Formats: sequence, C-alpha cells, structure tokens
Amino acid sequence: MTLALRLLLREWRAGELRLLFGALLVAVAAITTVSFFTNRVQLALSTQTNQLLAADLVLIADHPISTQFAERAAAEGLRLARTLAFPSMVVLGQRNQFVEVKAVSPTYPLRGDLSASQVLFGPAQDVRSGPQPGTAWADARLMQLMGLQIGDAITLGQAQLTLAAVIAREPDRAGDFFNIAPRLMVHIDDIPGTQLIQPGSRVGYRLLIAGEDKSVAAFRTWAAQRLGRGERIEGIGDARPEIRAAMERAQRYLGLAALVSAILAAVAVALAGRQYLARHLDSCAVLRCLGASQAALFRLYLVQFVVLGLAASVLGSLVGLGGQALLAEMLRGRIVAELPAPSLWPMLEGTAIGLLLLLAFVLPPLLHLIRVPTLRVIRRELGPPQQQGLATYAVGAALVAAVLIYRAGEISLGLYVLGGLSGVLLLGSLFAWLLLHLLSGLRRHARGVWFYGLANVARRRVASLTQILGFALGLMALLLLTLVRNDLLAGWQSALPPDAPNRFLINIQPNQLPALRDFFQNEKLATPNFYPMVRGRLALINDRPVSAQDYTEERTKRLVEREFNLSWAEQPRKDYEFNAGRWWRATDAQDQFSVEEGLAKSLNIRLGDRLSYDIAGTRVSGRVTSLRKVAWDTMQVNFFVIAPPALLQTQPANYITSFHLPSGQETLLNDLLRQFPNFTVIDIAAIIHDVRQIMDRVSDAVSFVFLFTLLAGLVVLYAAVLATRSERLYEAAVMRTLGARSRQLAAAQWIEFATLGTLSGVLAASGASFSAWVLAEQVLHLPYTFNLWVWVLGVVGGAVGITAAGLMATRSVLRVPPLGVLRALQ
Amino acid sequence: MPDSSVSSIVNVNQLSKRIAHEGTNLTILHDISFAIESGESVAIVGSSGSGKSTLLGLMAGLDAPSSGSVTVNGVDLFALDEDGRAALRGRSMGFVFQSFQLLPMLTALENVMLPIELLGGADARPRAQRILERVGLGERIAHYPRQLSGGEQQRVAIARAFVTEPALLLADEPTGNLDSATGANVIELLFALNRERGTTLVLVTHDAALAQRCGRMLRLDAGRLVANA
Repeated sequence: MTLALRLLLREWRAGELRLLFGALLVAVAAITTVSFFTNRVQLALSTQTNQLLAADLVLIADHPISTQFAERAAAEGLRLARTLAFPSMVVLGQRNQFVEVKAVSPTYPLRGDLSASQVLFGPAQDVRSGPQPGTAWADARLMQLMGLQIGDAITLGQAQLTLAAVIAREPDRAGDFFNIAPRLMVHIDDIPGTQLIQPGSRVGYRLLIAGEDKSVAAFRTWAAQRLGRGERIEGIGDARPEIRAAMERAQRYLGLAALVSAILAAVAVALAGRQYLARHLDSCAVLRCLGASQAALFRLYLVQFVVLGLAASVLGSLVGLGGQALLAEMLRGRIVAELPAPSLWPMLEGTAIGLLLLLAFVLPPLLHLIRVPTLRVIRRELGPPQQQGLATYAVGAALVAAVLIYRAGEISLGLYVLGGLSGVLLLGSLFAWLLLHLLSGLRRHARGVWFYGLANVARRRVASLTQILGFALGLMALLLLTLVRNDLLAGWQSALPPDAPNRFLINIQPNQLPALRDFFQNEKLATPNFYPMVRGRLALINDRPVSAQDYTEERTKRLVEREFNLSWAEQPRKDYEFNAGRWWRATDAQDQFSVEEGLAKSLNIRLGDRLSYDIAGTRVSGRVTSLRKVAWDTMQVNFFVIAPPALLQTQPANYITSFHLPSGQETLLNDLLRQFPNFTVIDIAAIIHDVRQIMDRVSDAVSFVFLFTLLAGLVVLYAAVLATRSERLYEAAVMRTLGARSRQLAAAQWIEFATLGTLSGVLAASGASFSAWVLAEQVLHLPYTFNLWVWVLGVVGGAVGITAAGLMATRSVLRVPPLGVLRALQ
Repeated sequence: MPDSSVSSIVNVNQLSKRIAHEGTNLTILHDISFAIESGESVAIVGSSGSGKSTLLGLMAGLDAPSSGSVTVNGVDLFALDEDGRAALRGRSMGFVFQSFQLLPMLTALENVMLPIELLGGADARPRAQRILERVGLGERIAHYPRQLSGGEQQRVAIARAFVTEPALLLADEPTGNLDSATGANVIELLFALNRERGTTLVLVTHDAALAQRCGRMLRLDAGRLVANA
C-alpha cells in the first residue's frame, strides 16, 4: 500500500500520470458542471413555465377554499396568494361592458411578471402586486371597448373604484385560452363591498402556492387526499402543451450536450489509460523480474489508480462546482428563478463516475499487463500475452453505456446515442479497416516520403484503427455540437418563425366566413386557414362507456370529463406525421378518426379502436385509422381528433383560426370585434414570448456546455497523438540514422498525420450526419437538413487539426540528435 | 555429468527448450546440464542464436523449459508457480540487462530502492544511497534515466542488482549497449562488487575480454553445450 503510494508520487513527479489525470479531471469537471448546470437550468425552465400559473401549484375550486389548505401551506413555509374570478358588468356613466373580474390578494403573483402601464399601449413596468384597495386595472381591450381613461371612477356592483392602470401582462392569463370577456382586476378586499358574490354566483376561487420544491411536493401530496367536490390541483406538469413541448425539447438538448461531453471524456480517459499502461509494459516485466507477484503487481497498480482516480475526480468535481458558480453568476438576472444552493450530490456523482470511468478503462488492460512475460526484460520483442485490441474495452464500454444512459436521464435518448455510438464504432472500424487495406495496397505504388508516410499508417493497422476511431469520435462530437447544434436549434426556432400566429380567433359562424375573408383582405393581412370545430364528448371506446374513474392521471381525467374539439378535413396538413396507420382517401369508408398520439397514449386508444362521440345529442362513431404526431409549439390550430368531412359536417360547427397580427396593429382587433361581436380573440403573444425565451436560454446553455466538450475533445486529440509519440520518435531516429533528411522526415510525418486526419474526418462527418439525422427525426422531432459544412469542416478540420497536433507533438524528432532519441527510448 | 554437490548454487539438469515455429518444432536448447558453485563467475558464450539468452532466462525462471530442471539454492525453480519464482528472484537473484531496464519514471535512487521496497525492507533509502555512492553516482541520485548516459544507466542497474545482496547475479550482455571504454569500466565495477560481496556471477556475453575475466566459460552452439571449462 505504502509502496504503491510512493510509486504513485514518484510517477507523478516524473510526469507519467499527467495526461491520465488531466483527461479524468476534464471528464469529471465536464460531467459535474453539466450536471449542476442542467439541474439548475431545468429548474429555472420549470419555474419559468409556472408563470402561466403565477405559482408553483394552484388549488382551484368553484366555492370558497377551506382554510385548512392555506393553514397547511403556511405551516410548510410556502408562500400564498388568493384570487377569485367571476363575470360581471362594469359601468361608466351610460356605458357598460361585460367583463371577467379578477380579484387578487397583495401577494399575487407568486411567479412571473405582472406589468402595467399608465397609458394605453404605453410603456409597461413590472409591478410587485396588483391594484390597491379602492382601485381597479383594466386590460387594453376593456380600455378600448369602453373608451376608458386612467382616473375614471367606474362602478362594479355596489362599489366605486378608480381606474389606476392598464394591465400589460398578467402571468396566468395565457393559461386560459377560452377567456371570453375583457379583464378588470381589483383588490380582493374590495369584493365584499361590491356585493356581487351571492349564493349560486359562478365564481372561480384559486389558492396560489409557491416555495421550495420539496415543500410544494409535500403539500401537493397532502392536499390531493383532501380535495372535495369541485376542487382540483394544477402544477408544473399541467402547463399548456406548447410550453411543455418546448421544455421537453430544451431538456433533450441539454441532456444531449451532457452526453456528448461524457462520451468525449470517456474516450480521452480510455486513450490516456491505454497509453499509460503501454508505457508500463517494461516496468511490469522488470517488477516481475525483481520478485513482485502478479497479485502484488495488480494491487500496486490498483491502489495507484484508485488514489489517482479519487484525486482527479474530487478535483474535477471542485472545478465543476466552480464552473456552475460562474454559470449562476452569468445567468443572474437573466433567469428569474431562485436557484437553490448547490447540493453535494453532483460532486459525489461526478466522483463516482470519474472513478468508474478510470477503472472501467484501465482494469481490463491491467489484467493483461500483469501477465506480461517476464522474459521481456531479455527479449523486448515479446509483447503483452495477448493482443490488446478493442475487445479489452468491452467492459469499459459497457460501463460507459450504463453511465451514459444514467446521465441521459431518459432511456430513449440514452439508447439512441448509445446505439448511434456503437453503430459508428462498428461501421467506423469496418470502414477504417477497408480504407487502411486500400492504403496498404496503394503504398506499393507510392515512392519516397509517400511510401514511408503511408507505410506508417498501414503497417500497424490496429494502432491506426484505434487512433482513427479516437480522433473520429472526438471530431464527431465537436461537429455535432458546433454545426449540428446550430442546425437543430435553427430547426427548432424555425418551427416558430417571427410571423408565427400570435392570435387565435374562435366562435366564427360558418356564414361569417366570406365576410371575415374580406376583412383580412381589406386589412392586407394574409388570409389564414379556417378550421371547422365540432364539440363532442367521448362516450365509448370499443363500445365500452368511458369514465374518468378508469384513469389515474388528473389531466386525463379532466380530458375525459370535458368536451373535445373535433374537426374534419379532406386532406392532411403538410406538418402532420403519422406514427401508425394512414390518412383517408375519398374512396374509403368515411367513419374513421385520426387521433393525436399523445391523447391516444393517455386514453389508451389503439389503432383500430372504435370511438363514439356524443355530439349535440347524436352519437357519431368511427374507427381509429391513424395516430398523428402534432407539433404543439408551432402555434398552429391543432386538434386531438379529426374525421373525414362526411362524418362530421352535418353536425353544428363553428370555425377557428390563428393568424399573425403585426405588433402596432392591435387596434385592428377592435374593428374586427365591432364587425363580428360574437368572435373571441385569444392573445397568445405571451406564450410565444415564453417559448422563444426558453429557446434562447437553451441556446446559451448549450454553448457553455460546449466549452467543456471542446476541452475534452482537445484532450482526446492530444492523447491520441501522444500515444504513438515515442514510437514515432524512435522510427524517425532510425530513419535519420539511415540518412533521411529532416525535410524528408517532416514530409513523411506530414503525409501520415494528414492521412490519419482525413480518414478520421470522413468517418466523423459520416457519423455526425447520421447522428444528426437520427436525433432530428427520432428524438427532437424536427426535419433534418443536410449540412455541407459538416463534411467540409470535418474532413478539412480533421486533416489540418490532426496534422498540426501531430507535428507539434513530434516536433522534437527533427531537433533531437538521433542518438539521444534512441538512447532515451531504450 | 551434473555436479550435485551441496556447494552448488545452480544446478541445471537435462534442460531443453522447444518452441513451435511455423508448424514445426524448433529446438533451442538440447539437454543442457551443468552446475555452478557458490562464488564462481561463469560466462555463457556462443554466436547469435545459439541459445545463450534462453538459457539465462530459464536459469532465472523467467521462462518455462520444455523438459529438465533448474535448482537454485536447492530449490527446484519449475516446481514453483510463477509467483513463487518471482519471490525467489526477489530474495536471491539480481539482474543486469543489456538494455538496462531502468524504470523511466523513477530516479536513479528510486530505481535502486525498488527491489528492497518490493521485499518490504525498511532501510531502502540509505542502502540504495550507499551503493550508488559505491558505483560512483552519489552526485546523480536524483536524475531520471533519460538524464543519464548509457554507462551511468548501467551502473545504476548494477547498483540495483547488488542492493539486495543476492546470492546469484545474472547479467545479459551487460556491455552490449556500451562503447568499449565505458564497457570496461562497467566490467571492473561488476567484478569488484562480485569480489566484495561474494556473489555468484553468471553472465551472457559476446565480449571475449569479459568472458576471459570469468573463472569458467560455457560455450553454446546451436543449443548444445559444447564446452564447459
């Protein structure tokens, strides 16, 4: 034990361990920083989403909420706010307007921004709380509809209130699409004075709750068991599908960045470990010769590796801790969420992963190494007992696979990346082997320096193969992260272009369509698509009555209880993707449905099931003939269930559309509502804003993580070149002894490295393109776009980068006298 | 005939080594037998490929014979397992190699301390330091092998071989990588230490001058012992 430590110290002083230590340090630092980072950003993202609730958790009831909930929440140390909402009439002189009144307590909102302005369409300012007692705020539509001015005395029930501000943004407003009336916001203490709430009044009561995750979760569990009739709880997971989709993608991007760092780090550790052990082949033989038993030798190295691994991992974790602190500082003020103090867990996790990585990659070759023939001290040509091929790394690879899946936090993403990686390794080996085979044929026709350069690559095929794969993996990860990342992010953002729809228009009657089209044309706005909408309740699945009790998830229960919006269409929209079945043809039977896959999963509906809907008293049935994927975050009108026209068009329907209203033209809505008073306009600009913000933040986050990946990639390249440095030095010295000139040597090396680099580049570009395609199509659900730069940068970058790195690592070949090299390497 | 008197430190008995080579059995050593007395110095000579290094490797238990036996201090080497032979080497043998075989990541002093440390000895540092001074490298104990000349490296290797005061010292072409002047110095040192410590010395060499210095010469030709004088 002490001998092992002494040897470790000596080897450290001699600089033998620096590469391995460095590789491990970068690996653990990357993993822990990413771990801290993703945790915190994911937390920030989820807190951000809560803005649509204005809280972490909301208790909703159609009657006053029992005080037990508030008392319990206060006891848990949670923050509370109360709102209630009801429809009523606002009066100013002769004018009156039907409004949705929202009364808020002073602590509202708990999450997100409430902002108000003093002038209609004027600059808005964030405010800490809602209206003071005796005052009221109106939204822009109410201001316009009634021609209100700040300072007006309005009447609400029996109370007189002074209009004090225009509501610019209400954090939980966007959460409810079917808000019909304009908003009037008042202080909750003013409600009794209005005398508007009487037995039987339609009032929505909300108790808003926010605080530490653990306390919120504990409260939710407690409260869920005590909910009475007409009471329900909504939390983060119940956010709008648009935001949920964006968040899920965001988490995948971050998970991906973390994964790639982990892979690169593992490659660096494997290469450095391999090199370390190769350099100790002689030492092992000498130690055996000096009387060390195999077991003693194994213990000797094991102790060294464990101590080294622990040291590098702990230090790496500390770097990770520093990295995330830096990051928190960077993001301060940009992410509104209160980030929790870093816990020790990512450090422990990082240390464990670091140690695991090291041992996974050094133990199997070490077991070979200690069986080194002792005779090697006399006969140098004797190598280790068996070929140290890729098979040695099977254990390491399996362990890394487990770590990757664990790190991915999601089985499918982990398996995709892993499958991709194994595929790349397997196909890459095959491909590289073929290329090398081709090369060894080629070199017979080569002359001079070309012969030596190519001969060097072709001669040691296993070594060249390992290097090419190592280089290629590093390059591939870099390509994926630089170019493909941009493609993927751009692809995601292009799903939400600047002119993405920002207003929904509902309640359009069929006979109003021609006039509405004219309106759009006259105002020089692009005429949007109008979708018919039929409301129906799902009554039977395969002739069995559907009941909320059949489902455990709250969200599913509510889905089943409420009416669905069904639609009909002859042709599929271009963005529809079918996971099962196909769209109907005119010649098909017309009693069929296309169902959104998420809904199908929630309700356990399969292809071929028979669904029956109650629509205004009649029953409409059909078979499910396709399962459709819907991109919710494109802000297009989407339906869970669509049928052929013949099945639904005889039912009472109205129409819905979404369109882009350029900013500054908001007053147009007033003209629209004057002409079509029955319409309801839904403003989703706030949702779009939130989705964009999530995209921007993820983009920043991935860029930061990329720094670590880049560092890991550089260590990989360095390790791969260094692994063969002494061999190259030796060969060059021999060649110089035989009369080769420096220029010839340099040229031969140049050719060798450029060949290795180009082969790696080709492999890396293929791997990156393939991975990008799989990721886009299968994981992130985005259209894949071919990127020529992946190939240009992959091949050119590979050749140039590896040549430069290689020449740098072996530059001493051309300076040191050959005898010095020969002697030093003996 | 093998001399099996108790004063023999090494007994080689009908030792053969065959290896499979391209489908045929190649015999490297044919029925070799001899004995070496304690305190003797013996040179194994012969042309390249005559089997000298193989014989030395077998005497050290670094390789296993096809048949025959080797006893060192009365212990049958090949009745022991691999680890048993390693332990025996640690206790009673020292080695000097043509290519020095110093561990590159250890300093001269650390290289010499290593055999004592492997045996669990407590006074590694002063003993290593003393013997390095004895071989004339007292000033260079903190140098790494790459910072030493070939002659210096071989002197470190000799110091390492003698530091455990082994009964038997095996040397494989100890001057093979050195120029003649340096080689002569190394030989002087080797024999001086041999005398001082009463070690039995067995060396493989091409070097006629070196072979002449030994008390006895074993000549190998194509794997057969052709002279023992």
